[in-house]
Amino acid sequence: MAGVIARRHRKQRIFRWAVLVVLGIFFLLPLAAMVEFSTRNAETWPLLVNWPKLSDTYPDLAEGIVSSLEQAALTAVLMLVLLVPTAIWVRLRLPKLRRLVEFLCLLPLTIPAIVLVVGLAPVYAWVTYFLGGSSLTLVFAYTILVLPYAYRAIDAGLSGIDVKTLAEAARSLGASWTTVILRVVLPNIRSAVLSAAFLTVALVLGEFTIASLLNRTNLQVSIELLGKSSATMSVAVSLAALLLAFVLLLLLSLAGDRRRSTKENS
Amino acid sequence: MSGVAVHLEGLRRTFGTVHALDSLDLEIAAGELIALLGPSGCGKTTALRVLAGLEDADGGRVLVGGKDVTRLPANRRDMGMVFQAYSLFPHLTALENVEFGLRLRGRRRVPGRAAAMLDLVGLSTFGDRYPHQMSGGQQQRVALARALAIEPAVLLLDEPLSALDAKVRVQLREEIRRIQTEVGTTTLFVTHDQEEALAVADRVGVMRAGRLEQLAPPAEVYQQPASAFVADFVGLSNRLPGVVADSSITVLGTSLPLVTPAPAGPATALVRPEAVDVAPAADGEGSVLTSSFLGATSRVTVTVGETLVVAQVASGLLPSLTPGTAVRVTLQPVPVALDVSVN
Repeated sequence: MAGVIARRHRKQRIFRWAVLVVLGIFFLLPLAAMVEFSTRNAETWPLLVNWPKLSDTYPDLAEGIVSSLEQAALTAVLMLVLLVPTAIWVRLRLPKLRRLVEFLCLLPLTIPAIVLVVGLAPVYAWVTYFLGGSSLTLVFAYTILVLPYAYRAIDAGLSGIDVKTLAEAARSLGASWTTVILRVVLPNIRSAVLSAAFLTVALVLGEFTIASLLNRTNLQVSIELLGKSSATMSVAVSLAALLLAFVLLLLLSLAGDRRRSTKENS
Repeated sequence: MSGVAVHLEGLRRTFGTVHALDSLDLEIAAGELIALLGPSGCGKTTALRVLAGLEDADGGRVLVGGKDVTRLPANRRDMGMVFQAYSLFPHLTALENVEFGLRLRGRRRVPGRAAAMLDLVGLSTFGDRYPHQMSGGQQQRVALARALAIEPAVLLLDEPLSALDAKVRVQLREEIRRIQTEVGTTTLFVTHDQEEALAVADRVGVMRAGRLEQLAPPAEVYQQPASAFVADFVGLSNRLPGVVADSSITVLGTSLPLVTPAPAGPATALVRPEAVDVAPAADGEGSVLTSSFLGATSRVTVTVGETLVVAQVASGLLPSLTPGTAVRVTLQPVPVALDVSVN
């Protein structure tokens, strides 16, 4: 009997490693190719970390990087300002609407970006009319795009605490609704807010379709443009962007781990 | 510090088709502790939440110290509240929790006051503990300290002990009574536990279907229940058939005075187990069916003809009351209520 179990364990272990190796090759090979290709020209990487020189040589790329970072930061802020109070309000006052809100927030996930753009184009005609054609106006579209991920993260954070009782306790102690949100709820869903923000940043940095089709600039659009003139540079920037996203996601899982371990200590 | 009077006037609140509050009137004197008692769904928690401002009334008025606060939001009502669920802010220590309300009010010497409140609930050495490092009883003590720290006009306790185990519950309810007497804050205590209500309150209000069935000191509620519902809900009762005549009812051959007058004729009396005496007697008309040991006292079920009678006896008598023993059942002549639901 013990032998059978041991053999089964060994089989499972071999299977696990096989899967890991195959998937590892699948993911790492393109990355390795990118590293190899982008290092063919010895000047590429030194140029990439030298910001003044980079923005001189590739002004479009520099503009794309800056707009993407601005878009990411603004989208994260707008998403939090919209979503945190809404999610709290739905939990406290309109629990019946939870399903509906969740469904609405998931919708962007089910609609292809192309379709979204077709719908957004006329809306953006007005946005351009009122706010100008700045790439920052993409923040509105991106806020909708990140809803599915951000709402899930924040809602999961809220279900970890007894929002209703905490809010009522704070209210009875004299707290206004703003105080309830800022000083009672937010500190207790900090890691959920962090993950929502990280996911938002990662998503916005990788967005191409909407920006390209609406004729706005961001990192991916400028990489694509650069690919036509300087292939090595565009691959190097893509790789850097990928690594940044990896780091963000790593930070995210670390934040999650820390929360779990502090809970285990209790 | 002395409390202020609270007056609930004709409060109405409807959830769908359910009348949680049906023209509820309640007057709480300054510094008084009133316990609202009733089965779940009787509206006792709704009454407390309307007073706290956490729930809106459909009609009626809430007066605190003579001032109409019906339209005031919860954060401007000046009430301290302890909840059934643990409600300490998880990211703050015990001391910071107590300081929370004080800081919102911009009080000076906040840490000193908060420490004094923790001392009052006997947790002065627990100031730097986080809620998850404390037991349920300790958390509720801190919640009490937090509620009292802001020197509220009214203290509201919404089943604060029901999540705790039996021993802590008894300890903490006595402590709540001690602290409330010491501080003198007008207090509304909501509970479904009759023992708790009788033990801590100056007056007990028994609620049913959104109305007060009886509001009286604990002893009166127990000994002279205003209605069959109260008699039934507060304490155990036997339902014994009898005949009413001349403001008394004859049950098992004994004439018992009535709490409220009733028309003559057959009726069902509600008799407390402790008002029933059981003694072994060879010619007794009753026979012991079961007996159960409960500690200081024991409970014996006796059949008398077709009727089942539950009696509370001293545990010392239990060995002589084994099942099958012939016994004589006598009723003490204390006032009883009639069960009107049967007739």
